[in-house]
Amino acid sequence: MSQPIIEARGLAKFFQQPEGGRIEVIAPTNLAIHPGTIVALLGPSGSGKSTLLRMLSGLARPSAGEVFWHGRPLDGYVPNVAIVFQSFALFPWLTVLENVEAPLRAAAIGAVERRKRALKMLDTVGLDGFETAYPKELSGGMKQRVGIARALVIEPEVLFMDEPFSSLDVLTAENLRGELLDLWLSNKIPTRTMFLVTHNIEEAVLLADRIIVLGRNPGRIRADFPIRLAQPRDRKSSDFVAVIDHTYKILTQPEVQDVQPSQAAGFGTPAPRLKFQMLPHARPGSIAGLLELLADRAGSDDLYHLADDLAMEVDDLLPIVEAAALLGFAKLAEGDTEITAEGRGFAEADILNRKVLFREAALKNVSILRQIDSVLRTKSDHTIQDELFRDILDKHFSEDEAQRQFETALHWGRYSEIFDYDSDSGRLFLPESTAEVGTPSPLSPEL
Amino acid sequence: MKRPLRIRVLLSGAPWSIFPAGGWSRLTDAFIFAAGIALLYGMVRVAQSWLGPFTPQVEISLSPTALPRYAAYSLGRITVAYGFSLVFTLMYGHIAAYNPKAERFMIPVLDVLQSIPVLSFLPGLMLAMVALFPHRQLGIELGAILLIFTGQVWNMAFSFYSSLKSIPREMRDTARIYRFSWWQNFTQVELPFATIGLVWNSMMSVAGGWFFLMACEMFVLGSRDFRLPGLGSYLQTAASAGDTPAILWGVGAMIIVIVLLDQLVWRPVIAWAEKFKVEQVQDRQAPRSWVLEILRRSVGLDRLRQQTVAPLGEWVALCLARKPAIQAPRPQRPEWKKWVVRGVGTAVIAAVLYAVAGAVLMMAGLDGSEIRQLLRAAGATFLRVNLALLLGAAWTVPAGVAIGLSPRLARVAQPVAQIAASVPATALFPVVLLAVVGAGGGLGVASILLLLLGTQWYILFNVIAGAIAIPTDLREAATIFRLTRRERWRNLLLPGIFPYLITGLVTASGGAWNASIVAEYFRFKGQTISTVGLGATISRATDIGNFHLLLAATCVMAAIVAVINRTGLAPALCFSRDQIQA
Repeated sequence: MSQPIIEARGLAKFFQQPEGGRIEVIAPTNLAIHPGTIVALLGPSGSGKSTLLRMLSGLARPSAGEVFWHGRPLDGYVPNVAIVFQSFALFPWLTVLENVEAPLRAAAIGAVERRKRALKMLDTVGLDGFETAYPKELSGGMKQRVGIARALVIEPEVLFMDEPFSSLDVLTAENLRGELLDLWLSNKIPTRTMFLVTHNIEEAVLLADRIIVLGRNPGRIRADFPIRLAQPRDRKSSDFVAVIDHTYKILTQPEVQDVQPSQAAGFGTPAPRLKFQMLPHARPGSIAGLLELLADRAGSDDLYHLADDLAMEVDDLLPIVEAAALLGFAKLAEGDTEITAEGRGFAEADILNRKVLFREAALKNVSILRQIDSVLRTKSDHTIQDELFRDILDKHFSEDEAQRQFETALHWGRYSEIFDYDSDSGRLFLPESTAEVGTPSPLSPEL
Repeated sequence: MKRPLRIRVLLSGAPWSIFPAGGWSRLTDAFIFAAGIALLYGMVRVAQSWLGPFTPQVEISLSPTALPRYAAYSLGRITVAYGFSLVFTLMYGHIAAYNPKAERFMIPVLDVLQSIPVLSFLPGLMLAMVALFPHRQLGIELGAILLIFTGQVWNMAFSFYSSLKSIPREMRDTARIYRFSWWQNFTQVELPFATIGLVWNSMMSVAGGWFFLMACEMFVLGSRDFRLPGLGSYLQTAASAGDTPAILWGVGAMIIVIVLLDQLVWRPVIAWAEKFKVEQVQDRQAPRSWVLEILRRSVGLDRLRQQTVAPLGEWVALCLARKPAIQAPRPQRPEWKKWVVRGVGTAVIAAVLYAVAGAVLMMAGLDGSEIRQLLRAAGATFLRVNLALLLGAAWTVPAGVAIGLSPRLARVAQPVAQIAASVPATALFPVVLLAVVGAGGGLGVASILLLLLGTQWYILFNVIAGAIAIPTDLREAATIFRLTRRERWRNLLLPGIFPYLITGLVTASGGAWNASIVAEYFRFKGQTISTVGLGATISRATDIGNFHLLLAATCVMAAIVAVINRTGLAPALCFSRDQIQA
């Protein structure tokens, strides 16, 4: 095999906590990227795809490990790379032409040569006639064309793309993908490797010669496999569908993330931090919707179908499915989702009973809600500051994630009336109805 | 071939097409060229006067024909001070935004400096500058300029700093991945991104600059009477002489200068800055300026740009861009440099500590009666400032809501209010005082009026902004539910404008405290009129050279303004954030 262009050894990213712990964003990762390939990095949100891209391109410093370009450490070597961003990241105050010329200007290329190259590149991406327009006059698809032209104009050895088509509508994205692939296949651009970050499985399978699947918490490589279908690929061919199915299965296999019993951790040894239960960010309403749909469909369905029918990205659907699974309302296996008896009961219940069922399921399966519930019940005034739980979450998650975890717990807890929350004072308290009407829990001191 | 073309243009009927196309353009070019010459001439004259011999007591002529010259002098001071402010802003903001160590103290320092009453420094600054240039007019001019500078620079610096901090990460990544030179980064990323904030803050700052300039163009320090020829000294002299036509001429000239500045500088700049808006969609109602249109159409300017400015910029950019494709890893900062930085840092800290200790020692010399006097004065000014705010709110809240809710009214009232607001209140002080004293009132009443004059606009503009921000659907709901006028105010309008009103009041209060220094103590027709107040205490202490009282009073005022800013603004901002989220 040829020499890799990029090689990552033990590459990791983590944040040091003030109390000495650390939050891992990306676990130590080894990775080699070879010339002549399109590599797609696939993974759910929060798996650190962009962080990995930023480390490989030299934009971000790894916390541990090293990146080598052509065998030389990235620290002293300036790689010839370009990046296409999801948000285009064009300079709104520069014209289309000036935007494309900007990297050439940075490379100290004279005005005449600069203009010639920029015009040629604009021509290549189909933007001739728009040279003097400002980005805000362009549609999203044309803006991304400018982004691509700006990236390609410096003839990068590696082209990084961070969800380049995600903010475009379906047809525009499809069109642009095809054109980019044409450029690549016809060797019209000197780029030797394209590295594409995406959460769209179909996009990855359409474009890539190799797919790397990232898992989350912490981000790590779960699978890495080649795609050997000939280009251009036919979406309807059975081989294509098989690859898609295979990828779906890998992506939707539940990741082990339950709370481990505490005795499992040995004392004295610096054992890896216990994994804290991570809530998938789904609202109770969405979970109910999913379960109703499943109940309607004889109890189980392929995730691929579900996502397709709901016109949702798997990235958006997955947390809902995972939440249903976490609550014991559904089971996930081999890319299929199956509703459980509890789930069916929930789907068929009326609004008030749903809350009761959700509450039972949540108290049984969700550790943070159980904690909150028991603390509230044992305190004589049945109320507590949210800081306590935020602190607990902060120890286990990055700042943003801890905030999202708390918000999700809040949604679930409020919906199922496990507690109520006053956002002004930041206090959690038992809802009054719990005290008056009574609850299934024998712990309630009012009873 | 040319002739038929020209005829067609003639027939097409646009009013100016009687001028052949080329001729019209040549006419505007000639005009722009003439304007450039005029500007140059003005600069030379101003510079001549600055470098001229020191004449502390310039005779101020009350003839209207002297007004253009005075206006030019005042404008020159403002312009130079603004230039200094801009340079300082770019450096301070840049360092604060990129050096985390420096940021930790530079931003709080900015906060403190913002609440210091600038006018307290007027005497010290003037004496120092005159001592520095004893034989040239330059000293006293520089004093005025530095004073304006300290009055206007802080909010600009803060605006630039926060703009730099909010450049989107992907935009920064783009500059990094393509390895923009610092120059390209500055001219193509940072400066454009910060332009809009800088423009609006510059407008505010320059308005504030006029306020201070008018106050410091003519002031008395002990037995010495400093006068700078300018619009401010003209108005003060005119009021002192009770010369009504001269007062009218002066106010008229002031308004003309303000309107011209607005039309010739700010409007074009705002319209031009439009392209720096970071938005994805085009705004339908972009601000326009006829001056900018003319400048953009000018063939001469275009040629100048293409043949001189553009190649020059190109040359600079290429010189500073990286030459080799491979950059050496950044060398470690040499040991001696670290020591230099540490040494300078220690020296600065030591100097500050020394100064603070000196100040404390000086203030320790205050006796009981002086402290009592200080407290009473602070109390009096407190009442006066708040009364002025109350009066201001009483008319600006209904007026602001009316303007904000009615686009038709806004079209008429907004520009008028803007012009009125930019006439520096200090320029009108002598005039107002003349009227009040003429009507039999004392400075106690007049000073409240004076404070009101300077600060009501902050409240008005904030209320207008608040009223505009009230969502239309809520207003429609109020109409559908047939809320009475009272209910409408209680449930919709007051809660809607509340955070804006608080912001306006807090800003106005800071301005009012500062203005009290000139509003409570006045030299008028050769005699001093004063009333009890912290501002009067500062002015009197200045006059009689009681420096420990001056220092103590200044510190008290700075502390009060800082506390008001902190306690008043924070809850208002929290409240507004909650409201937006709801």
